[in-house]
Amino acid sequence: MTRAIEIHGLHKSFDDLEVLKGIDLSVDSHEVVCLIGASGSGKSTLLRCINLLEPIDQGTIAISGEEITAQGVDVDATRRRVGIVFQSFNLFPHMDVLHNVTLAPREVAGLKRAAAEQQAMALLDRFGLADKASDYPDRLSGGQQQRVAIVRALAMQPDVLLLDEVTSALDPVLVAEVLDQIRELAEQGMTMIIATHEMGFARDVGKRVCFLHEGQILEEGEPDRIFSEPEHEETRLFLDRIIAAGRM
Amino acid sequence: MAESGGPAPNVYFPPGGESDPRMPPGSGDRWPKILGGGDSSARNVWIAVGSTIIFFGILAIIVVRSPGWPEIKDSFFNGAEFRASFPLILKKFVRNIFIFCIAEVLVLILALVIAVARSLPGPVFTPIRIMAAAYTDVFRGVPTILVILLLGFGMPALDLQGVPDNDYVWAVLALTLVYSAYVAEVYRAGIQSVHPSQVAAARSLGLSRWQSMRHVVLPQAVRRVIPPLLNDFIGLQKDSALVYVLGVVEALNQATIIQQGDFNFTPLVALSVIFIAITIPQARFVDWLIARDQRKRQSGGVV
Repeated sequence: MTRAIEIHGLHKSFDDLEVLKGIDLSVDSHEVVCLIGASGSGKSTLLRCINLLEPIDQGTIAISGEEITAQGVDVDATRRRVGIVFQSFNLFPHMDVLHNVTLAPREVAGLKRAAAEQQAMALLDRFGLADKASDYPDRLSGGQQQRVAIVRALAMQPDVLLLDEVTSALDPVLVAEVLDQIRELAEQGMTMIIATHEMGFARDVGKRVCFLHEGQILEEGEPDRIFSEPEHEETRLFLDRIIAAGRM
Repeated sequence: MAESGGPAPNVYFPPGGESDPRMPPGSGDRWPKILGGGDSSARNVWIAVGSTIIFFGILAIIVVRSPGWPEIKDSFFNGAEFRASFPLILKKFVRNIFIFCIAEVLVLILALVIAVARSLPGPVFTPIRIMAAAYTDVFRGVPTILVILLLGFGMPALDLQGVPDNDYVWAVLALTLVYSAYVAEVYRAGIQSVHPSQVAAARSLGLSRWQSMRHVVLPQAVRRVIPPLLNDFIGLQKDSALVYVLGVVEALNQATIIQQGDFNFTPLVALSVIFIAITIPQARFVDWLIARDQRKRQSGGVV
């Protein structure tokens, strides 16, 4: 059976700084994998590599069995299949919500305006955002902006969705609505890799948790085991710091 | 504008002030601010009005009572001359409008092409980037009047087949070439001011480099550069007077003809009035555009 995502020996450096030092990771269809680890451990870089926003130095990444890091692969076509949501939302401020969501389906997938808007409205409605369709991003709360950003990624009907610390820029009171949306996606079987500092959420939603440390996956396993009996000293230290910071 | 002297007033709660204390300094009505030197209390406004009247009054008296004033008034601010020359100059000003309107449209297009060319990433596009940079260096460096002279007299003199011998064509082309160099830099600043995360978001959705540019970067860039764009357009409009060197009878040429015939400089003053008169509505139009865009993006809701 082909995996949704299959990563082998992934290396990535920025100038002299090696950020990813040989990542191996596979994700099944409908699986939710949470990436935890300190800032700078390589979580974001890993996600950006899977979306091909960063060229990789070594290794391979395959989506549904097709290698996307090979020479001559249509980068734009690949990105359609891999949605990514960023920490800072990155909605297009000069477009209203509906236009934000329909831009890629119309321009990239070639949908007619009416069809794209119908699909977008259905998605917005599903996540309780239908009444915001004609609002501009500046008018929305951070939580609403992030939910729109998730809808925007979903509108391209990606095979996998990558979430890069999507609640880190939010007020604590706004985190729950975004997490609820992601939880709903997980229940509906969306394949996801979630980089997060929300350990409770990772434990709740993740089928598997990977602990990244200095560019390597040091430890992975079921959330309950990782959080209660981590094998590595580094994992234990990290979790202790998280607990001390009151994030668990 | 500097704070008024004496003990520093509390800007948020000016003593006896009529301004809204909830407003941060500088965001209130601009007139009391200009008149009162930053402090908008009623007393200060009256002091400002008084000192302004006295200052300009004394200045006017000095000018009017100077020995040369009657002569100056007669040859620069001659009412009869103004009334006689103004309609003639205005009629020829239509030609200036014609020249700068066509040039502005061409500038908007050509400058965008140059700016995008200069923003192309990657080693493959180095020659294109070099060409775009060289274009900017050359046409921003040469004085406008030289470009007009060189093109206007030089190109027809080549006597090449198909090269038009029409002064208007060369005038418009020269202004377009020069101002495209300026406006391209304005566009480029706008393009660079759009945060890279916007491009990342667009590319991550599968938009190509060009689609990201067209739908995400350029619309935001152009909105941001509208005020400096107006600057360059006003410069272009004023420089439309330079084409008189080619012998085109436009407003400046017409004004000079009258001035030389009547031995009176009032026609030149009349033309200055026309130039000022066309820039003010444009400035207000741009203010309105910006305000409308702000309203659209933030209307209603509590942010």
